[in-house]
Amino acid sequence: MEVLKIATAGSVDDGKSTLIGRLLYDTQSLTTDKLEAIEKSSKQKGYDYLDFSLATDGLVAEREQGITIDVAHIYFSTAKKSYIIADTPGHVEYTRNMVTGASTSQVSIILIDARKGVIEQTYRHFFINNLLRVKEVIVAVNKMDLVDYSEEVFNKIKADFEALNAKSTFKEQVVSYIPLSALTGDNVVEKTEAMPWYKGQTILEHLEALEPTDVYEKGQARFPVQTVIRPKTEQYHDFRGYAGKLYGNNIKVGDAVTVLPSLTQSKVTNIHFFDKQYDEAVAGSSITIELENDINVTRGDMIVKSDELPQIEKDITTTVCWMDSKKLVGGTKYLIQHNTNRVLAKVDSIKNVIATDYSGTTPASQLAINEIGEVTIKLSKPLYFDAYDKNKSNGAFILIDPSTNTTAGVGFIK
Amino acid sequence: MSSVLKTNALESEAIYIFREVISQFEKPVLLFSGGKDSITLVRLAQKAFFPAKIPFPLLHVDTGHNFPETIAFRDKLVEELGLELIVRNVQDAIDEGKVVEETGKYSSRNSLQTTTLLDAIEEFKFDACIGGARRDEEKARAKERIFSVRDDFGQWDEKNQRPELFDLLNGKIENGQNVRVFPISNWTELDVWSYIEQEQIEIPSIYFSHKRKVFIRDGMIWSHSPFVYQDEDEEIEERIVRFRTVGDMSCTAAVDSYAATISEVVGEIRASTISERGARIDDKRSEAAMEKRKQQGYF
Repeated sequence: MEVLKIATAGSVDDGKSTLIGRLLYDTQSLTTDKLEAIEKSSKQKGYDYLDFSLATDGLVAEREQGITIDVAHIYFSTAKKSYIIADTPGHVEYTRNMVTGASTSQVSIILIDARKGVIEQTYRHFFINNLLRVKEVIVAVNKMDLVDYSEEVFNKIKADFEALNAKSTFKEQVVSYIPLSALTGDNVVEKTEAMPWYKGQTILEHLEALEPTDVYEKGQARFPVQTVIRPKTEQYHDFRGYAGKLYGNNIKVGDAVTVLPSLTQSKVTNIHFFDKQYDEAVAGSSITIELENDINVTRGDMIVKSDELPQIEKDITTTVCWMDSKKLVGGTKYLIQHNTNRVLAKVDSIKNVIATDYSGTTPASQLAINEIGEVTIKLSKPLYFDAYDKNKSNGAFILIDPSTNTTAGVGFIK
Repeated sequence: MSSVLKTNALESEAIYIFREVISQFEKPVLLFSGGKDSITLVRLAQKAFFPAKIPFPLLHVDTGHNFPETIAFRDKLVEELGLELIVRNVQDAIDEGKVVEETGKYSSRNSLQTTTLLDAIEEFKFDACIGGARRDEEKARAKERIFSVRDDFGQWDEKNQRPELFDLLNGKIENGQNVRVFPISNWTELDVWSYIEQEQIEIPSIYFSHKRKVFIRDGMIWSHSPFVYQDEDEEIEERIVRFRTVGDMSCTAAVDSYAATISEVVGEIRASTISERGARIDDKRSEAAMEKRKQQGYF
């Protein structure tokens, strides 16, 4: 079954939980026992409606405070495909969670309260979707029932958003607008008669029509080696396979390839998946490949087509989203994890903090948690990479704090 | 002949995760319960390392109250694939006085498994424990990372988890810590069953309909067994049932079913309005039952 990954961000007030609950409810994805548990909890809290956030807020602290702290994953399916929603809180102090959710999603739903229109939070969501290059954005104009299903209100919001879209750094992004009411179910799963002026699809129709693809865009083929498979059995005595996940594009038997960082030339002789062999594998496959000559390839190396070499540099300019409570300052050392490769890195300088409301940059010397800024980094060994906007998988990395081992930040190479 | 490998995103992701485990850790182990999720993990691990053998052992924390069909299945699978199996018994922890057996109507050895598991991790110095938990199963599991760090006491710090971005998994830990790894995090129950059907994976017979001596309590179908406490007024009856999820006998309820083949089981699940863990007696203890157990080191 195909899987479509969606990210949502927003506060409880936007009706985000209600929208997700409505999607689950109207696709019959809420099982009786889960629904009963929601009814019971809603009643205990004295609500006279079903509080669907109780289905998504999994931690005791979240239920007590009525907030979403972390990324929650919600699953539902239709006859056509399976859906995974990465649901994140929308406030500025959760920017890192939004970035996390957006990193693995093909589609992003931005909720707007029809009564409030485009607000600061909308800017931030859109900015993150631009920065991470999420392929599809659905602007869900919610609570249309509270503005008398007014076409004028919808058109005004759409115009405001298009003005925002004009500032987008990712022009290929597809933006769609849907007027709806999560509470009443208008245009969520079923088409409504309340807005005859709207001829477009409901949210679910829109999602059903999208073809699930890898979240990574098409680019040049990149094969980061995860591990070397050497069975050392009688039958496979000389077998030496390089196992990894293929990104960017297809790879074929017979392709002339180069192994990085050694720059050794070779040729693909076999593509294995479990006990079968193939002539060609598509991006997104976890495969094992054999090369023509016996060369030294280890974890962290990357196999690419010989006429499509990436950049190989020891100094990189990046946009970093900081995720740790310990601030990022110049001169400190971190481990960079880029694909399957880990390299010791020194933060050279922090240039600025980028405002997530498109108002520009402010010169800075440090990045605090949830801040995004331009950072230059020096590496102890060269990295073989592409710019993030050329090849997502090969342009993103995480920074690991060697003293705590935590994932302290995420970066996008320019 | 030109053959192009079409890829299944969930399978590809799981294989990727297995390969990260073997590369980032020194002593991984696969937690094997004999249930369908851990059987699916074994197939995915086979695919990840073929033509080499699965490069880590299986660990079964045996409550002593398992369905005999599960144990027989386990031993056969291990033999066929030439795997290493480690079994550690909850009974030993009880005999050594480390844990006290629960008593009464709802007594179960389910939560006692935690001590045995943590002891085994310490005994073998396992640094990565691969499990078949899925995020769709339960709301605390929905918050779980793919690489989920546990401290020296096996505890889960749910409010302070590492962010996981793209495919980048960070398995760096201190000595004494370990990571729980969940390769099928993003699979749903239906995904697992569809995969079992597609791959024709063999599973224990109790997943298919059979005649069983049972009794009804709290609207759930309990197995009649010396391991399950039964009140005198709880009458034994014979019913055609199957199990949708398999824990040990004291924590798993059966469902009425005539589904005798995988495709019938898949059809039944598609039509079902009850969630899988709706038949887990261990989750019904309180709203935060799973979160509390996980904080203490339960898998």
